[in-house]
Amino acid sequence: MIPSSFDYYRAASLDDAIAKLAAGDGAKILAGGHSLIPLMKLRLSEPQLLVDVARLPELSGIRRQDGLIEIGAGTVHHAVASSALVRDACPMLAEVAGAIGDPQVRNRGTLGGSLAHADPAADYPAAMLALDAEIVLRGPGGTRTVRARDFFLGLFTVDLAPDELIVAVRFAPARAAAYARLSQRASHFPIVGVAAVLDLQGGTVRGARVGLTGVGTHATRLAAVEQALAGRPADAATFEAAAAHAADGLEDVNADIHASAEYRRAMVVVFTRRALADAAARG
Amino acid sequence: MSSPVLPKLVGQRVKRREDPRLIQGRGTYVDDVKIVGLQHLAFKRSDVAHGRIRRIDTSAAEAMEGVEAVFTGRQVAEFLKPMPIGTPFPSPEHRAVAVDVVRYAGEPVAVVVAADRYVARDAADAIVVEYDQLPAVVDPDLALTGRPGLVHEGFANNVALGPFPSGTGVSPDGKSVDDSAVDEAFRNAEIVISQRMHNQRLIPNAMEPRGVVAHFEPGRGTMTVWSSTQNPHILRSMLATVLGMGEDQIRAIAPEVGGGFGAKINIYGEEYVTAAVSRKLGIPVKWIEDRSEAFVATTHGRDIICHIDVAARRDGRVLGIKMRLIADIGAYNMLLTAAIPTLTMLMANATYDIPAIRATLTEVFTNKTPTDAYRGAGRPEATYFVERALDMLARELKMDGAEVRRRNFIPKDKFPYQTQMGAIYDSGDYEKALDAALAACDWENLKRERDRQRAEGRLVGIGLSMYVEVCGIGPSASLPTGGWEHSQVTIERDGRISATTGASPHGQGNETTFAQMLADQFGVPIEHVTIHHGDTAVVKQGIGTFGSRSQAVGGAALHMAGGKVKAKMARFAAALLEAAPEDIVFEQGAVMVKGAPARAKTFAEVASFAYIPVPLPEGLEPGLSEEAFFEPSNNTYPFGCHICVVEVDRETGEPKLQRLVAVDDAGNLINPLIVEGQIHGGLAQGIGQALLEEAVYSSDGQLVTGSYMDYAMPRATDFPWFEMHTTVTPTPVNPLGAKGVGEAGTLGSTPAIVNAVVDALSAYGVTHVDMALRPEKLWRLMQGGRA
Repeated sequence: MIPSSFDYYRAASLDDAIAKLAAGDGAKILAGGHSLIPLMKLRLSEPQLLVDVARLPELSGIRRQDGLIEIGAGTVHHAVASSALVRDACPMLAEVAGAIGDPQVRNRGTLGGSLAHADPAADYPAAMLALDAEIVLRGPGGTRTVRARDFFLGLFTVDLAPDELIVAVRFAPARAAAYARLSQRASHFPIVGVAAVLDLQGGTVRGARVGLTGVGTHATRLAAVEQALAGRPADAATFEAAAAHAADGLEDVNADIHASAEYRRAMVVVFTRRALADAAARG
Repeated sequence: MSSPVLPKLVGQRVKRREDPRLIQGRGTYVDDVKIVGLQHLAFKRSDVAHGRIRRIDTSAAEAMEGVEAVFTGRQVAEFLKPMPIGTPFPSPEHRAVAVDVVRYAGEPVAVVVAADRYVARDAADAIVVEYDQLPAVVDPDLALTGRPGLVHEGFANNVALGPFPSGTGVSPDGKSVDDSAVDEAFRNAEIVISQRMHNQRLIPNAMEPRGVVAHFEPGRGTMTVWSSTQNPHILRSMLATVLGMGEDQIRAIAPEVGGGFGAKINIYGEEYVTAAVSRKLGIPVKWIEDRSEAFVATTHGRDIICHIDVAARRDGRVLGIKMRLIADIGAYNMLLTAAIPTLTMLMANATYDIPAIRATLTEVFTNKTPTDAYRGAGRPEATYFVERALDMLARELKMDGAEVRRRNFIPKDKFPYQTQMGAIYDSGDYEKALDAALAACDWENLKRERDRQRAEGRLVGIGLSMYVEVCGIGPSASLPTGGWEHSQVTIERDGRISATTGASPHGQGNETTFAQMLADQFGVPIEHVTIHHGDTAVVKQGIGTFGSRSQAVGGAALHMAGGKVKAKMARFAAALLEAAPEDIVFEQGAVMVKGAPARAKTFAEVASFAYIPVPLPEGLEPGLSEEAFFEPSNNTYPFGCHICVVEVDRETGEPKLQRLVAVDDAGNLINPLIVEGQIHGGLAQGIGQALLEEAVYSSDGQLVTGSYMDYAMPRATDFPWFEMHTTVTPTPVNPLGAKGVGEAGTLGSTPAIVNAVVDALSAYGVTHVDMALRPEKLWRLMQGGRA
């Protein structure tokens, strides 16, 4: 539980941080440190330099802009969970943030850190997929935007260059949305986490986006479920039928001592249905 | 002037005096000990479960700046003897740092001494070890056939001990066995319940991992050792033996200790190595275990398989029990390893008047971390096996589980009760505890409510468990160290009271309970009393804190020492007040003549006189300091009944503990608040075992649950509000009537929960499920599969 030696640098600005990253030297971004530091203590990660961005004002804040919600990448989970704006415009995301870890984790860990780390069982990626969020990145060449569905590429792998960092995420408000998860009882990471966003009109589902985490190498959309919902009445029978095949197309389903692949598949069905029903109840 | 009236404190809910400093971070733990010139140790540990060391290259480590020394196992063996054990059974040689062969992942293979922890750890990482891997012995059943190999040459089929018989018809040495009574019980049976059960391996997880500071002073030839231990006096004795020093030359100190749960009874290789390195190099050295190490380097608990057969009549009366026990003890015998499963045999009678019992114990070596005591240590296992089997019997007979137990209880007029297993239960009233629990939960209504919820489609179950445990350990015959406890009570010159205890509290609250006792004994404010413990230079003699013994044995010694000094003080007071010593009373901070309150001196005045005794009363030595050794006449046997309600999620298999009602009888209680705290902690660990905790090894002997990411500890959110009640059945074996309560919570709760989950899943034909009750395991049972 003792990391190998490293240098520490507190960035003065976003550009300063990016310049440090661009210089190479095995630098890693440090924000909340709640993924990185445990890995360093286990010596599974041995960066030469930590560039601390936790106090940069450019990464903070939750705001409404041009009809979208924008959350700075440095925002801690507790701030998301307790934000009046988030709770009103997208209660599902507050729910996701409030389900992460424990109060200590939620007061240090950041949204950007979670997305950049992309643990296969992280909660936020499922929500970003369901919200069809844009992820705003900045590097030496300036700013670019990636859709969540294009961002998560594989195991701990995202569309983020070594000299880039996440600045913010943006998404449209979504009231009819919910998150349902089965907790792994040691880590309290989700074994299965399902985020659902419904576009409801009258009693009908006009469209849906469903994000899944914990099951494969990285978070994914459940396209078949989304298609099965479109145009159907927003009722229990629809959700049951749509969820029934939620696990059908999933490949390389994770298996560990906490949940076999077979159990995970079965739970994908259960928690997809629960997320859909909860989302509709909010709509 | 009127002074405030001092209330009697024994029996009151006095808040723990220890807590303000502990919760404000003002405690001094081993890692807080700083000495000029202190160097730091780090151990290089084996990353294979079983292998022969082909080569160790320490050159890179030795070359690092700040590295003082590096010792391989072979080099350590040149200045440190093998580790002794505390049981009389045959045992293979065990080196604190492995020589040639490693036998579990995490076993030390080399040790680094360096200027700080960081350098020490870097240097340990820089040591290169090459192994010829040997087949890992992981499965205990397979191990007993000698496959896939032997953990120790010379221990055929990996048998460490046994098969060792005990119970009806067996002589105490196990050599003469008469099976006729047990055979007859099974011949006469109208029903036999048979089940294989596993009481799984657990990791103790004290909040403070272990740590040692050793300071050998070459000029004096003495050694001071600080260690996070439950028993500094045993540590001192063991160090003296292994280092070839006198006990007078070693001072062992247990400063604040952040929990032990039995795992800090054992004297560990790291303690011997730290001391030996300090002596060899002539410098003070420190080793602090980190959390990752604690998972593999601190002893594990439980891990006993039981094949149980219960012979009964159809009216629920149990005629006999057979238990075949297989204890997976891991790679080595530690201090008490071999003895722990014998306590499972000892308690096979449980709370029942069973006429014939045969228990047979086999202990098996595997390539895993060694086991030793863990909260309850052998008794939760016995309770679990018997209470699960009785529940299966009740289910098979379609009888109420409470009724089956009632029909088999040892009646209260049969105490002291000689069990089939050789124990003599001191006192008990099991029916009273059962009735109190049934009343507290409104048993009949609880069953109706369960049935109503089931009709709604919910999977709700009720579980009940009785327990009796052996505590207050114990007479000297029951421990290799002796089973007494020691205390010295000193009335200081200013009238304040210092007392020492050989018990070594590390969460039990004895600084409070013992001060309550002395405050009452002398009629002084509790603020005037200080309890010293955990330092062999201050506490002359002692055994330590384990086996729920500190109040029952340590408290009794304190009471005796207090009585001795009080008698002497009465003689000084009698001289001052010109009265007879037998007429002197101690009340409200004064010492007075009975019936004549005007003839009084303050407590402090009498104390002062005892130290400046002019004139010295005839027949008295100056001073007020007396000591006592208390040797109990027997163990104590506290008992109780736990009832719980569990709901299983039909879709996910997740079990949720809804209610837990606990009736515990620990005899007389000194401080009910502290007793409740002890039971809370025990319940947390008992519930943790049932629902969450489980050390899992891979087939190549790696601990899969080697961090909190995979080893599930219970959290507050896993618990309902604990509904706690007591009955009081004092013990006759000590003057306090107190039985001990440190482990009780782990006994009844665990089987009660499994009984409840089996009840909840009974519609699926489930009759037994092994712990931990993982959601997937329960889900599979509902899918019609086997868990």
